[in-house]
Amino acid sequence: MSKKLESSLKNMVLCLLLISAVMAGALGFVYGVTKGPIEKANKDKEIQAVKDVLPEFNNDPTADAKEIDGLKFYNATKDGQPVGCAVKTFTDKGFSGHFELMVGFKPDGSINKIVVLEHKETPGLGSKMKEPKFAGQFNGLNIGALRDKLLKVKKDGGTVDAITAATISSRAYCDGIQKAYNLYMNNLQNAAAPADTTKGGIK
Amino acid sequence: MSVFKNFTNGLLKENPTFVLVLGTCPTLAVTTAAINGIGMGAATTFVLVCSNVMIAALKNLIPDKVRIAAFIVVIATFVTIVDLVMKAYTPDLYKTLGIFIPLIVVNCIILGRAEAFAQKNNVFPALLDGLGMGIGFTLAITLMGSIREILGNGSVFDIRLVSQEARTILIFILPPGAFITFGYLIAIMNSIKRKYSI
Repeated sequence: MSKKLESSLKNMVLCLLLISAVMAGALGFVYGVTKGPIEKANKDKEIQAVKDVLPEFNNDPTADAKEIDGLKFYNATKDGQPVGCAVKTFTDKGFSGHFELMVGFKPDGSINKIVVLEHKETPGLGSKMKEPKFAGQFNGLNIGALRDKLLKVKKDGGTVDAITAATISSRAYCDGIQKAYNLYMNNLQNAAAPADTTKGGIK
Repeated sequence: MSVFKNFTNGLLKENPTFVLVLGTCPTLAVTTAAINGIGMGAATTFVLVCSNVMIAALKNLIPDKVRIAAFIVVIATFVTIVDLVMKAYTPDLYKTLGIFIPLIVVNCIILGRAEAFAQKNNVFPALLDGLGMGIGFTLAITLMGSIREILGNGSVFDIRLVSQEARTILIFILPPGAFITFGYLIAIMNSIKRKYSI
């Protein structure tokens, strides 16, 4: 067995430089190879999420997606008739900060379905927001019919059943939906009739 | 000592979680469900084997005083590679495990094995050591995940054992439950080891 390299300054600098350079090269290579597939996977995920939250449609909603205030709007139509709009929304109020939701609105403003796109909430607690027991209660809900047009958990005097031991995640979930709803309604009214001031701003 | 001792060591006698008590951060944090244990264990095993082999091969080229820095670069590289490759080719798996992958860098088992074993041994024993330790870790955290999921959520591997409405012992899913489960499992392991004098 050969002797270990001595810890002289020259050896240390050379060794670290060499290892870092080789590893950086390897990472660069892997990044280059995986870049395409990652983008494709992300796009597939986006289309899949739009499909998940809306009724059947036959246009390509990603083609003319609009971005307003960091929220992305995908309009879906079937044979030219609007069937709804999927809104990619987010909140920064989660237990572990940022997470993203896709909310599907029907043309009348009621929620069709919601899926969680990306989150870092506690596994086993906040991550339960993906389960039908929690997410199901929003299906068919129209925020406009709620008091003050505000979506709140029961603890805050609202109507939403929070996840046990994950009230913060549940609140953030509502916050994300509220954001999507406000912008969606503003948008709809701007497009159709003169804007009516929507109450229920985001705190 | 036969070479295969290196492999079986990690399974029971020097189990990284229950005996060496290394890598408790992921052990406590991700074991809220059995499936998390398997995923985390598999990813950790891969990184552990790769970094062990790499470090054993390079051990004579790395001066002693900068060895930790060099090990960290090697480990972080493999973790990033796993992260990118999973994101690109197994997006579904990544969706379930994504949040745990970067956690591997801070897992003491990997640096601990590099320091205690790989840098003193040849490539083949280091490979076996990595495999044994990785599988030992996987078994340990899957066991812990199963216990916590059964008691705290009434299910195991997402198969429900009791009805959705049944009241479960929620504390086992919460962080304190991790410490309670961990304590009892270490005690049980110690008594087994003493009884059979392993």
